[in-house]
This record gives sequence, structure tokens and C-alpha cells, in this order.
Amino acid sequence: MMIQPLQVTAVEPLTSRITRFRFEHPDGDTLPLFSGGAHIVVELPDGDTLRRNAYSLISDPMDGSGYEIAVQREESGRGGSRFLHSSVKAGDTLNVGVPLNLMALNLRAKKHLLIAGGIGITPFLAQVKQLALLGLSYELHYAAPSREDAAGLALLPDDPNVHVYFSADGNRMDVPSILEQQPLGTHVYTCGPERLIAAVKDGATTLGWPASTIHSEAFTAPPPGQSFQVTLAKSGKTLVVGPHQSLLEALEAAEVDIAWSCRGGACGQCETAISSCQGKLEHNDHWLSEDERAANSKIMPCVSRFVGQDLTLDL
Amino acid sequence: MTQTQFSPSITSRPTYSQLQSHGGSPAILVADGSGGQALLDLIARDASVLDRGQIFFVTAGTEFGAQLREAGAKAYHQGLFFNEILTQYQAALAQATMATRIYLAGSEGLIGHATAEALAAGIDAGSIQGEHRGGIARRMQCVHCKGMTDDVTTDPFTCSHCGLNLFVRDHFSRRLGAFQGVCVDAETPGEVPETQEIKL
Amino acid sequence: MTIRFNDETFRDDYTHFNSPEAIQRFPFPFDRDDYMYSVNIESHTSGPKGTPFDVAFDVDEHYVSEMRDLAITLEQDPKRCQSLPHMELAGWDLLELIMTSKVADYPDLFELHRDGNAWRWVNKPLGIDDSFTFLDASTLPYGPMEYITRQAQGDFAVLDQRDGSLWMDAGMVTCQADWSLDFNIGMNFTEWHAPVPKAHEMRIFERALKFLMNVQQGAPSRRLNWTMTVNPRLDTSPENYHLWGPEKRTVTPENVGQKQYLRVELQTFWRLPRSNALAFPIRCYLANLQDLSSVPKWGRRLHRVIRDLPDELADYKGFTLNRPMIVEYLSQFDDGAETSLGIYPAEDQS
Repeated sequence: MMIQPLQVTAVEPLTSRITRFRFEHPDGDTLPLFSGGAHIVVELPDGDTLRRNAYSLISDPMDGSGYEIAVQREESGRGGSRFLHSSVKAGDTLNVGVPLNLMALNLRAKKHLLIAGGIGITPFLAQVKQLALLGLSYELHYAAPSREDAAGLALLPDDPNVHVYFSADGNRMDVPSILEQQPLGTHVYTCGPERLIAAVKDGATTLGWPASTIHSEAFTAPPPGQSFQVTLAKSGKTLVVGPHQSLLEALEAAEVDIAWSCRGGACGQCETAISSCQGKLEHNDHWLSEDERAANSKIMPCVSRFVGQDLTLDL
Repeated sequence: MTQTQFSPSITSRPTYSQLQSHGGSPAILVADGSGGQALLDLIARDASVLDRGQIFFVTAGTEFGAQLREAGAKAYHQGLFFNEILTQYQAALAQATMATRIYLAGSEGLIGHATAEALAAGIDAGSIQGEHRGGIARRMQCVHCKGMTDDVTTDPFTCSHCGLNLFVRDHFSRRLGAFQGVCVDAETPGEVPETQEIKL
Repeated sequence: MTIRFNDETFRDDYTHFNSPEAIQRFPFPFDRDDYMYSVNIESHTSGPKGTPFDVAFDVDEHYVSEMRDLAITLEQDPKRCQSLPHMELAGWDLLELIMTSKVADYPDLFELHRDGNAWRWVNKPLGIDDSFTFLDASTLPYGPMEYITRQAQGDFAVLDQRDGSLWMDAGMVTCQADWSLDFNIGMNFTEWHAPVPKAHEMRIFERALKFLMNVQQGAPSRRLNWTMTVNPRLDTSPENYHLWGPEKRTVTPENVGQKQYLRVELQTFWRLPRSNALAFPIRCYLANLQDLSSVPKWGRRLHRVIRDLPDELADYKGFTLNRPMIVEYLSQFDDGAETSLGIYPAEDQS
């Protein structure tokens, strides 16, 4: 993963919990463009802990003057969003990776149906700009608790294809009826809470949509959990993964060289072979197959954890 | 007749399995020859497949037409050749929705051709199923002149457009709905291997 | 650096030739004395100065004549260049990548002047000076991919990334090693590689696909592939197999050194920014056995590789017929001495 230092040039609260951060090249150079749905990995040096978190890009994919992300403060998270909200200010420099897209639009679709819940609006903010530029047919449906919580509202175009729903106003998104009216060639993309993703998937499947037309934001933030110990077969090292640390972060802290790119269990880069395992693997990725999980032979250290006696990796 | 068992081949070659009903979703069912029996078997397993189903049948000398016509589909079209009912099939595809399921049965040539038409109409590959029944006739594209030759049963065969002697490859294009035919005597013009029946 | 462009042909009278400098910088594909099909991917645009490896898109002495040959092939068969409708954005990405790379690597040969979307492109070797609007295909004589790949050596496949695979959805393919873009267009990675023998047993393609889907912007990769061709012919398409196939029978023990060519593909892989597509240029280099054997290390090694190659690979690469003659010819250059690791000519350089 190529990482470059970028300057934070704007920090702007969008709602009480959601803040927009803008990054620019320190010399004003143009940054690599990207496709709607892409994310960047931002390095967050929080004291002794170096976190690398992935955030969807919300700015215009065709605008290389800067990258923008919107981050929701998660009090119960691992600390990355708290660090960004409390410690990062305009003028700071942070290391940022190149854009990578694991939720690209399927450009063969005749129509794109985007369904967002809450902070899940972020990848769609860039996709809507790309769709408008390409002149492609789309509809965006965006649900948030209230107008005040809807960070994406100010960043969306004033467009009849954009539909918003605020539960505080008693206005709920009716997924089945949205899906029912769609023409042949539609692809649906969902980003937001698991239950929204499940509702769209179930609704579309019930209506007979083929699986390849149903997409959701696959990568997830590494969940916290219990602390656990890991042994490395080749180097003989033993290390402890903290409750708010991912296995990948613990390996990096121990200076183990391991390839990664999405850090969200979707791209497959950090796939690691297991030498022995006595206990229960907590697979949180979207990469390994059911067979591979059942065999206890591989783990995705970016998001997956372990509870038990012994976990030895082939590293 | 039961489903055809093929010998192992390369991965671009389509594989077929028994048609699985998606219940009362809008359905377009297409078959030729003994593929008609595959449709009758599907209907016997789940009659609701015809609730919003239209049948397109190429008789190819078989007697399944009478039963299929009476099976209870919303519409029934029959022809001696696929080309005779192609326009009606294309019209049905143009009316398809996200929920429409395509069920194909019979020869590889028919399944390939009907698949290519459905893909071109914007149907997702995940909505299309095929069950092979009957003979081994293939739809072949000549890589040299691009002409299509239907119902090829021998290897090599003669391109019906440019007349070259073509070797039958297992390489298959879903977009074209055809296998690839390549000149068999390019290096030694006139030295054509003995004609054989295509193996399964 | 100034390049002296050859005036040569790649068909009919075959006047193609390699200068001594071209031979020295030939991308010899064998880094050891035996060959096994493998993924062998490495990072691109790093390599010794002057080799095809230290520039993004190599321009060499064959450039002008190769572009002339491409135009003939396209005129005879326009289907060699195709782009499915959803690939136009990727075409613009590719156009930008090639133009900016050529300007950076060869500032004396190419110029690009940009003012927003108003672009002016100057290609001195081909005598082109065009102004156009970026992202507006109506301002170019061809679609963006065709426009730029008519000015770039080698084949270009542009792959869409979706549904866990890569899809061959656009390309300019005029000097391929016997595969048809027109047949393969629209296929996914597994489908278009289906005819490669043994690849599936070796699970090599699964790993290659995973790697390719993770190629990132600004971090291109490359690999070398090879086959054998009789005569310096760029257009060895299946479409024209009945035209070039008979040439395989014209090789004799007397002319094999001149007529039998090693055909090397320098394949590179680039993530494109706006479309998220993967550009897959396949650059073809041709050198005959006689020229290659002028490098002692290569003469020895080529003899050992061709002699020991498994039969099915020789079959797949289409030179089973002439293999005994090739091995016999090359044996005169193999004194049994050890060869150094690596592909470069010097014995002490790896």
C-alpha cells in the first residue's frame, strides 16, 4: 500500500457526531483521482498506538485537489473516530493511502439504486457525483434518524432522484416498495446498518433479483473483543492482541511484514495461514469461504479474532 | 431421456444441471426437441412456474408440443426452427423485469443462442438456467469469417459461410452463444483429419 | 535520447530487423535454464536503464513501422478493436495514462498541453498534433481507447472489475499470440484463460486473479510470457491462422536461425483511476534465434529451455512441429557452461 503524507486543510462538523475532514497535498499537487465508492486508509498515530482506518471518500471523484471523508464519532469503537474528533485539526499532517474501491458501481447496469442508512451515505456521496457526470440513471434513498442527524443532506444534489426519510418525522423508508418498481437491468447497492443491508437483500431476493445485482458495502471496521495471545510459527514470536487492537495491528506493532490493503476483511490481501488452533476463531471478514472457515486453516488478521488456548500462525 | 453427462472439459465450456423452479416469478421457458421433456419435468415438479410463464418450443421432430401447449402457460409459441419464434422470444425478453427467470432446455446450440439473446436484452446471467437434453449438436462460430453454423455434430466440420474446414474447440462464448471453430488444415492445406462425431 | 526508427514490415516481405542495440535490450524471458508456467509477477517501471522495464510504455526502433502494421490489420478486420459500451470511461483513463507516461518517459517525442479538459496532444514520430476535449469522444476521430492505442505498440486489454472477477470488456488486439478478442470479449478471467493447459490444476490462476484485483493506482506490475513464431509476424491471430499457418512449414535446418522467432510478451497491469478498471497492455517483442544466440548466455539457456520443455507446453505454444530443428540449431551455442541467474545478457549480471 502506497502511503503519502497529506495535510488536513479543513475540519468541519456536519452534525453533532459527524465531522468532515479534508486532505490536500502539502505542495498543492493533484492527488490520484478515484471512482465512486472508493475508500482511503488513514494512519492515526494515537500515542503509542498506530491505527490504520479505512474511510469512504465523499468528495468529487474527478476532483484531485483534495480528498474528503466524513467520520462519525463512535464512543464504543476502538478509538479511531474519537482520536480524529478530539485530536486532529486543520494544519496537521496524516499519512493517507491511495484510493481503493471495493464497492465500485457496476457500470453495465441500466439503473443504479442506492440505499443508505445513517453514516452509510458516505460512499454514495461520491457515487452520485460520478453517476451525474456519466449521465447514468439512478435513484438514491437515504434514511436518517432526523434532519439534524443527516450529515449527507447538505452534500447531496437538489435532484428528484434523491429521496430522504427521517424517522423522527414518522417517515420511514419502505424497502419492498422501492425495490418493486425497478426496471430490468437495475443494480442495488446498500450501505448502512446490518439490518438495512439484510432487508434490501431479502427484499430483492424475494422479488427474484439475481444475486449478482445485489451489492452492499462489504468492508467493516475491526470489532473490539477480548485480548488474546498468538504464536508465530516461523519466527517463534509470541504476541498479545489488545481488546481494542486488531490482530493485523498487533502483527505490525511486532514488526511482522504482512501485505494488506482494505483492512476491512474484503480484499483478501492479508490472508494468513494457521499452523495450529485450539479454540474458536471469530471470523469477521467477507473474504474466506464457509469451507475455509470450517477448516480452521486461514484467518484474515485485519478484522478477525480468537478465543481459546492456542493460535499459531504460519508467519 | 435423462440429463446429458459430459466428460470433463475446460472452464469456459458451459455446465448444465436440472432446472430449478423459482415458483411464480415471471418466466420465459424455451426448449427444443427432447428439451421439451425437461420443461414437462420442471412443470411436474412445480406447476407454479407457469403462473406467469410463457413457453417457446422448437419441435425438432418430437411430440412434446401437444403436452406443452396444454400445460397451462400464459402464452405458447411453437416453431420448426428457433428462428421461426425468435421474434416472439425477443418481444418477451423486452417485457422482462428484474424478477423474470429464463429456463432453457435442449441442445447446446439452442441454450447458447437463447442465452446470448437474453444477455443482450439485459437479463443478468444469474437469472438464466439451462438443462441439456438430447443430442450433442453445437452452435459454432467460425473464427475466420465470424459466420455461425448451427447443429454441428461432427469434428471437423465445414463452415457454412466461408467453406473452411474447422476444428471444434470446447472454448465457448456466452456473449455469442457459440463454440469456436478454427481452421483445421491451416498448416497443411488440404490435409483434413477424418471426420468424427463430436464427443460429449 | 533519440531513437532511429526502422522502416520495416511485419508481413509479406518481412523486412523487420533488430539493431545490435535492440538485441542487447531484448526482454529475454528466461531467468534460469528451465521453464515452468508461473505467475512471476514483479513491480513495473524498475529495471536497468535502457531496458524495456524502466519506462511505463516502451517506445523502440520498431514504433513507427508497428503502428503502420496495426493500421493495416485494423483496416482488414475492424473487430480487432472493440469496447463494450460501459468501458468508455476506462478508455479515457487509459488515454490519460499513456499520454502522460509517454511525455514523462520521452519528452523529446511527445507533448501534452492541458488546460482543464481542453487537451492538445503532439506525437512527433507519427506526425500527429490533435486538440480535443477530454471526456468528449465526439472531439476525437475514434473512441478514446482506439485513438491512443493506435499510437502505442502492443496489444491492450481493458478489464472491468466486478462480481469477484475481471472481465475482458474492451481491447485493441492486433499482435496477439493466437487468441481472439472478438471471441473472448465479455468473458471473465476464468473463461478467457480456460484453454491454457494445466493452469487450473496448479491453482495459479486463482492466485493471479487475487493479485490482479488488488493492483493499486500508482503501483503497476509486470510479467513476461513467451511463445514461438515463424517469421517476424505481429498479426498471429486465429482470425488469420489459415493465412500464416502454412508459414510454419517453411522452416528448414538451413533457415531456422533466421526464420524462427522467440516472441516475448511484456505484460503490465495498471489500475485506472476513474473507472476502477485494470489496463492490461501486452507488448510483443520479436527476435530470431540467430540474433538471440549472439548473446552467449541466451544461446546456451534457450537451448536448454526449449529442449526440456514439457510436450504439452510446446503443443500449446504451437511449435511442436519445428522443435527438433530448433533444438538442433541451438545446440551449437550450448557448450555446457554454467549460466548466471537473471535475464540480462552479461554473465556476471543478474
